[in-house]
Amino acid sequence: MAKPKIATDWLAACAGCHMSLLDVDERLIELIKKVELTSSPITDLKVPPESGVDVGWLTGAVNSSDNEHVAKRMRARARIVVACGDCAVFGGVMRMRNYWPLQKALETAYIDTPSTVEGKIPGDPDIMVPQVDRALGEVIKVDVYVPGCPPSADLIFYVLNELAEGRIPQLDTPKLDYD
Amino acid sequence: MAQKVMIEPVTRIEGHAKVSIILGDDGRVERARLHVNEFRGFEQFCRGRMFFEMPQITPRICGICPVSHHLAAAKAADAIIGVTPTHTASLLRELMHMGQVVQSHSMHFFELAGPDLLLGFDADPAKRNVVGLIEQQPEIALKGVMLRKFGQSIIAALGQKRVHPEFAVAGGVNSALTIEARDTIRRDLAARIEDAQAGIAIAKAWLNEHQDYADTFASFPCGYLGTVAEDGTLDLYQGKLRLIDCYGNRLEEFDPADYLDYIGERVEDWTYLKFPYYLKLGWPGGVYRVGPLARLNMCSGIATPLAHEEWRQWQQVNGGKPVQGTLYYHWARMVETLYALERTAQILEDPDVMSNDLYVPSDQITRRGVGCLEAPRGTLIHDYRTDPDGKLIDVNLIIATGHNNWAMSRSVEEVAKAYVDGTRLTEGMLNRVEAAIRAHDPCLSCSTHAVGQMPLEVTLLRGDGEVVERVVRG
Ligand code: SF4
Repeated sequence: MAKPKIATDWLAACAGCHMSLLDVDERLIELIKKVELTSSPITDLKVPPESGVDVGWLTGAVNSSDNEHVAKRMRARARIVVACGDCAVFGGVMRMRNYWPLQKALETAYIDTPSTVEGKIPGDPDIMVPQVDRALGEVIKVDVYVPGCPPSADLIFYVLNELAEGRIPQLDTPKLDYD
Repeated sequence: MAQKVMIEPVTRIEGHAKVSIILGDDGRVERARLHVNEFRGFEQFCRGRMFFEMPQITPRICGICPVSHHLAAAKAADAIIGVTPTHTASLLRELMHMGQVVQSHSMHFFELAGPDLLLGFDADPAKRNVVGLIEQQPEIALKGVMLRKFGQSIIAALGQKRVHPEFAVAGGVNSALTIEARDTIRRDLAARIEDAQAGIAIAKAWLNEHQDYADTFASFPCGYLGTVAEDGTLDLYQGKLRLIDCYGNRLEEFDPADYLDYIGERVEDWTYLKFPYYLKLGWPGGVYRVGPLARLNMCSGIATPLAHEEWRQWQQVNGGKPVQGTLYYHWARMVETLYALERTAQILEDPDVMSNDLYVPSDQITRRGVGCLEAPRGTLIHDYRTDPDGKLIDVNLIIATGHNNWAMSRSVEEVAKAYVDGTRLTEGMLNRVEAAIRAHDPCLSCSTHAVGQMPLEVTLLRGDGEVVERVVRG
């Protein structure tokens, strides 16, 4: 049997969830014997193959036009989509931004901050458009939710290992007891 | 008619970072831009929170160097309550920081950039990554994994977690170092120092072998900023900020709390990452770089013996003047890893390190606090203002990768000028543009996310928008 293919990507995230994945340490060597890592921020392949993958592993919230595009493309190409980390599961700290109009948040960052000289809000048509912050499940259908900020390396290893063996991981309380 | 070449990490479609190169009428490169494509808005949503929450909120800016934000926030919080932490608390915070420097630098060197140096820039992109390295050179890959694990476990020993630990609080730290933790760290130190030295040897051998290339590749004059101790030696945790010019002359040495007198930030319409610069020289005369290369250039030595010996060799590269070649970042990064390991040993020797004198209480609110340290990628500044109750009314963050924003664009421009002639885009150019950005180890998760290696799509457009040529890799 061919090894299951995994693709990972990050949306509006801090990269901590991917660091927690690397924190499986030497077990990484064990893991890559069982699965084929395709696109990922830590490899040179960035876009999930058009032929599809078994598991699409997404971290981060959706808070721009580009995040939305990446999330939808992963959904289209992955059989099982995993939302990893509080940003993907709940929208993360950026959710607090939604208490203000987006325009206000941009003004604060690019005009009001004390070190900014002659500020303005970036608006070139070539760059992304910010959006209200959303959890992944508000944008695409998610199959497995793995909460935590970040989820512990042990939990990530358990989830990946279950998926690699063709099972849907069962997340009960003791496994989530890490914060 | 001018032409525009878009170099898009496929992330453009996904929205992280991309490069555009503008060609003049004669087909020569006029300028290059690095577009950073993410906005999260911490300056806004931290307003209204209490200042003492910041050591927990701001690490979520970056999961690669969360300890930098954790500690910068705690230092700003110390200043808000008008407290200088005890010697023990400072030592333990610095110890955690050393753990982070080791994990972050070694991850970059062995797991992200290393595959380029070890497997070659022209290796199969599908294999030119940490997985390929594990398969082809497992002993070397394992050194990286073990160094990273060592650094992460120092962080976890003090703060319970590897990513987003909970340790520093306003006025000090929340727990003492245990004897077991100290002994575990000590036990592995010698082996990790050897791993770091192996990394240094790899970097130096590579630079030696490719010296002409390293000396000319993305090499340009600019200032250098970093933190020094009282005696001018490298300090990653505290001290004064020193700024030198491209000849090595000292321009300034100042207390980080006064940063607004020296540093301004420029905003451009085409990127979400601001451009810090030295105010007295203006824009763009006052541009400078930060991070390992800048720090080895601006300091007057290193206070640990093995790293100091490396620094002496560093001094000889450009006859005592600052080293300008961007690829030298890799060597500097491993020298700092060695320093962080040696410094860890020094901290563990300090008689105060096991004390329980961890915290200085205070009921004062001074309403302003600046916290600054050298994150793995460079100088990090957190500046908070509060109301009389300690509720935040203003938050300003200058993040390491920002200081290098101009330099990354400039590096890309240098490379483009050397490898684009306007009519043809070569695969070699794609590789080198990528390498120029990557050598700065941009922590774009602090602003975007493209930490890894970027597959690129380059489109050469005519002025009327018609596609002349498209090259895709990755
Ligand atoms: S869930 Fe936490 S660790 Fe994961 S990306 Fe979000 S902030 Fe970072």
